[in-house]
Amino acid sequence: MLKNTSKIRKITVAASIASSFLLSGFAVQAADKEPIKVGVMLPYSGVYAGLGEAATNGLKQAIRENGNKIAGRPVEFLLSDTEAKPARAPELTSAMTDKDKADFVIGPVHSGVAMGMIKSIRGKDSIMIIPNAGINAATGAFCQPNVFRTSFSSWQTAYPMGAEAVNMGYKKVVTMSWNYGFGKESLAAFEESFEAAGGDVVKKIFIPFPKTEFQSYLTEIASIKPDAVFVFFAGGGSVKFVKDYEAMGLKDKIPLIGSGFLTEGTIEAQGEAAEGLLTTLHYADSLDNPKNKTFRSQYQELYGKPADLYAVQGYDAGQLIIQAVEATSGNTADKDALIKAMESAEIDSPRGQFHFSKAHNPIQNIYLRKVENGENVVVKTAASSLDDPARGCKL
Amino acid sequence: MDLSLFLVQLLNGVQYGLLLFLIASGLTLVFGVMGILNLAHGSMYMIGAYLVYYFTTVTDSFFLAVVIACAIAMIIGIIIERFLITHLYQRDHLDQVLLTVGLIFIFNAAQGYIWGNDPLGVDVPSILSSSIQLTDIVEYPVYRLFISVVCIAIAVAMYYVINHTKLGMMIRAGESNREMVEALGVDIRKLFTIVFAVGVTLSALAGIVSAPIVSLVPGMGERVLISCFVVVVIGGMGSIKGAFVAALLVGIVDTFASVLLPGMSSMTIYLLMAMILIFKPQGLYKS
Repeated sequence: MLKNTSKIRKITVAASIASSFLLSGFAVQAADKEPIKVGVMLPYSGVYAGLGEAATNGLKQAIRENGNKIAGRPVEFLLSDTEAKPARAPELTSAMTDKDKADFVIGPVHSGVAMGMIKSIRGKDSIMIIPNAGINAATGAFCQPNVFRTSFSSWQTAYPMGAEAVNMGYKKVVTMSWNYGFGKESLAAFEESFEAAGGDVVKKIFIPFPKTEFQSYLTEIASIKPDAVFVFFAGGGSVKFVKDYEAMGLKDKIPLIGSGFLTEGTIEAQGEAAEGLLTTLHYADSLDNPKNKTFRSQYQELYGKPADLYAVQGYDAGQLIIQAVEATSGNTADKDALIKAMESAEIDSPRGQFHFSKAHNPIQNIYLRKVENGENVVVKTAASSLDDPARGCKL
Repeated sequence: MDLSLFLVQLLNGVQYGLLLFLIASGLTLVFGVMGILNLAHGSMYMIGAYLVYYFTTVTDSFFLAVVIACAIAMIIGIIIERFLITHLYQRDHLDQVLLTVGLIFIFNAAQGYIWGNDPLGVDVPSILSSSIQLTDIVEYPVYRLFISVVCIAIAVAMYYVINHTKLGMMIRAGESNREMVEALGVDIRKLFTIVFAVGVTLSALAGIVSAPIVSLVPGMGERVLISCFVVVVIGGMGSIKGAFVAALLVGIVDTFASVLLPGMSSMTIYLLMAMILIFKPQGLYKS
């Protein structure tokens, strides 16, 4: 795999040399300038390969829209496959920061990999931008001056649903998820706002990750007869859960609500069973604003498939780099100035405008979405400009 | 837990166990008769599921897709046995492991290349999509009962073939003494091809019938493989009767453990396996 990475790197280098030769005839000045090095650490193989690809596409789209240059300097991408394996993260990160001297490191998708990367990038000259991994600690207890996040914290995606559930008249709720970080953080955030608004979580069900045999748990939920069920599941597991929930006849009797990942990129596979489900998230494909419309049509044109949440988060990482480097007029040597520019950046995202908190996490709207005709349709803004509590962060 | 809830959970356990049997039966059959440890068994489960997805969208008929997918699985099985496994009969298990692990990578890469990495789903055929009211709130999907019926039918058919037909006689003979069977003039190569193709098809069939109730994701085969090994080891490597008993045991224990001991449920079936191996190191039914 190491060989593979260096092969990818060689190809990238070769491509950038070739393109600088081509460019030299037309724009001598640009070719003379040092490229801005953007390291990309995302999964390109394994279960999360699709997410890594979408984030990379989004990132490249942002740079492309800027004419493939920032403040007159060309951009060089250094791609590295994390395979979503936390054990490899420190080694790959050190290669990016020490050997390649990357100005920015974009990554990762997986929260375990994120923690490994943050440990290795602490105190280094490269600036890390997380385009997905939602673990609270990344902009909480482990926050760093040179680590930013353009996605979300787990807390943000589940917290607003607690108050919404009480609004909908649910008093007794069962919560359920896999027994791992993202699931536990989402359930805790839901419970926090749900109980603060007067609701009662009557049972918490944690099942071993990545088990997808749900039958016995669903039988148990039916015997408890709560007002609603709040869940966190994602990917293949959420397809199976939503289908099983309907097949047991529970969907019409006990409403199912969840964090938005329940119906993100999975609706087609869930089919009829997903219709009517309510979830909260910081984005929806159908979001009605001009920026989202142009972003989506451009993406479709460039890559031949519809954009998704992960593409948006990668795109915003690109926008953040552009704003920061333009604010310092192309000077990437002064990292403190770059970080300052990023802290005050105002990102015009397809999800709506957002800027960064002191802990470097987006302060953003969270939408309540309902599945209608196979699409997540925005019902309303469940929380506007929601800031993560960033517990334990000293920035 | 009142009686009706207990009975529904028991039904869940039996139904899960029967499905485990369908997956594990092919693995134990191939090992018992041929002495081949096929680690790519889970991959065939995955291939079966993806094939039925593909042909359901192409032909618009789930049942037609089942037939086509089974036929393709059987052909894949014959090709693998004739061109690859056949070179390994004289070698030790480690060489077989190398080959079949290699096959896992090839099947996974093929799956990613052909169908991509997004989760996919197959609709339950409309004729079986209704539910039966069990208690005041629990309905039981007819399709899950249908899967149990298929599994029982396969178990009965295997019992009949192995105990009451000439093919079964050769299989039983092959299990106990391979050289003697050859010496008596049975074409053991043909027998092996048949057994391997059937074993692989059983695994694919498990993937096919579960496709409408699972999500099709990369790596689904490896997950199944582990439960499958637990069943085969508990039952006794190579014993089909053992696999049947062990699968029901694992299904029921796993179901009740997940409700009664939620914190420990991920390890209960392994504890069960360890306990059984302490008292019966060869598994419940030594072949």
